[in-house]
Amino acid sequence: MEADKVTSTDYSIQSTRVRSNRRKNVSGAIPLYTILIFYFLIIAYPLFWMVINSFKTTEEIFSNSWALPTSWLVSNYVHAWNTGISGYFLNSTIVTISTCLLTVFISSLGAYGLTRFEFKGKKLLLILCMGGMMLSPQVSLVPLYKLIQAMGIHDTYLALILPYVAYRIPITVLLIRAAFLEVPKEMEESAFLDGCSTWKVFIKIFLPLNLPILFTGVILTAYFTWNEFMFALIFIDSDSLKTIPAGLMQFRDALQTNWGVLLAGLMISAIPIITLFLFLQKYFVRGLASGSLKG
Amino acid sequence: MTLRKMAPYLYIAPCILLMGLFVYYPIVENFRFAFYEFSAFAPDKVFVGFENFLALFQDEVFYIALKNNIWYAIISIVCQVFGGLVLAAILEDPLTRLFSGFFRTAFFLPVIISITVIALLFSFVYNPDIGILNSFLRLLGLEEWTRAWLGESETAIFAVIAVSQWQSIGYIMMLFIVAIQSIPQELYEAADIDGANKFYKFLHITVPQVKEMLFVATLITLTGAFTVFNEPYILTSGGPGNASEVLGTLLYKSAFFRDEMGYASAIATIILVLSLGAAIIQMKLFKTGKED
Repeated sequence: MEADKVTSTDYSIQSTRVRSNRRKNVSGAIPLYTILIFYFLIIAYPLFWMVINSFKTTEEIFSNSWALPTSWLVSNYVHAWNTGISGYFLNSTIVTISTCLLTVFISSLGAYGLTRFEFKGKKLLLILCMGGMMLSPQVSLVPLYKLIQAMGIHDTYLALILPYVAYRIPITVLLIRAAFLEVPKEMEESAFLDGCSTWKVFIKIFLPLNLPILFTGVILTAYFTWNEFMFALIFIDSDSLKTIPAGLMQFRDALQTNWGVLLAGLMISAIPIITLFLFLQKYFVRGLASGSLKG
Repeated sequence: MTLRKMAPYLYIAPCILLMGLFVYYPIVENFRFAFYEFSAFAPDKVFVGFENFLALFQDEVFYIALKNNIWYAIISIVCQVFGGLVLAAILEDPLTRLFSGFFRTAFFLPVIISITVIALLFSFVYNPDIGILNSFLRLLGLEEWTRAWLGESETAIFAVIAVSQWQSIGYIMMLFIVAIQSIPQELYEAADIDGANKFYKFLHITVPQVKEMLFVATLITLTGAFTVFNEPYILTSGGPGNASEVLGTLLYKSAFFRDEMGYASAIATIILVLSLGAAIIQMKLFKTGKED
């Protein structure tokens, strides 16, 4: 916004020169927009195709997959919902909400400990908390599978929730720690003088004061959890406990060639997180950006 | 007093416990497992030394997978890092300001859609009969280019890689947009006064100013390329034959189809070494290590 203002004053100062530049600018915009529109078509067309064909019968997808449906079959969505998607949806919701709450709460605790205290081994613990960011789950798949079996939680929600939380802690601690570092020391000192414990300070001051960043943490965790595929495929066997990403594989096999319904199922799976994103884009992008900056 | 001293450890304990149990312990165990032969449900392991690694290095599928991962890395760097940066620069150009919000959201959309949804959608896109890709080629009169993209060994891996690019370019683009937004505007204004053109400004202002993010983006992309599993697994399961196998799918098949857990651990070790190696080489290249 400020940059806008600066440029507009510049315009009036050196108007003649800028005017000639401007004509050049219009022609300069054409190649840029060509690239944008071209890439937009690449992104949008498959998605558009999914939307329109999710309302068609399989025969119609075959005979004319490019056109709009002759009649919009909302029944595909009902059919998809009743052929298992509703169950996967419920599982995804349970796993996502539990993972988000646990991740953000545990990470806040950790971030609080790492920012507001001086103690032996602080540096090491900080490295341990954030170092996991570079480790990808593929690399420890076999031992993790063994561990989950040994703990007796294989094929339960916990088999997903606990590893998800563990793998999301580093980035969430990173996010929340940055926010906690900004909280002025005076705030907690006056609370301590009033006789508050560190726990009270955490609950009454740090959490309420940093709600936006906690919210960003929740959204990033939700995005990860809702879409995670590998653990969901391997740590859950029962169809009744599968989350959407793994459940969709089962769903595809069950439907065989009932493509309209399959596409409707894909739509139902994608819509919640897309909606969430469209409304909360700001938090989302901020989180992704600050998360990546660590490197 | 003692509680006060204990307090920080108590606050950090849940993080450390969970990560210790589910992140660090399995990583360490994986190194050990790679030297044993065992199956998922049998309690006893047999120590076999380096045999798993030797077998792996003689397995021709391993080399197919490795080659495919390298293709993954090369194409992802070009499309995501280079393409993402170009798209970000275009969207941050004052000339496109009017619609940049719309395009930015649209380009980011694939990032938030579950990979299962995207991969299943692309199995339709690549469908030889009704797929958009073949229809489009026919429309252009390129009938002879149409094929079963996922079903032929020459094209399968590239069709799979393309899906990953389709999904991930928007993510890297968004990272670059954030980085470009923090470049001081004066740099561009000064260049404008000198009459610099867009390419000059891109190469001499944008690229050097987002160097840090270039490093991060390359790191994310390379790590992603060596650990990829979802797209190949859902789209082709490594097929036809082993044509689109990657290390991730080979690992999964060894562990959960063939029940060779030790062998799978050896593959996991290789993946870890490759992705860490890529990270270290990069740190040397970008020389950002000093700034930490």
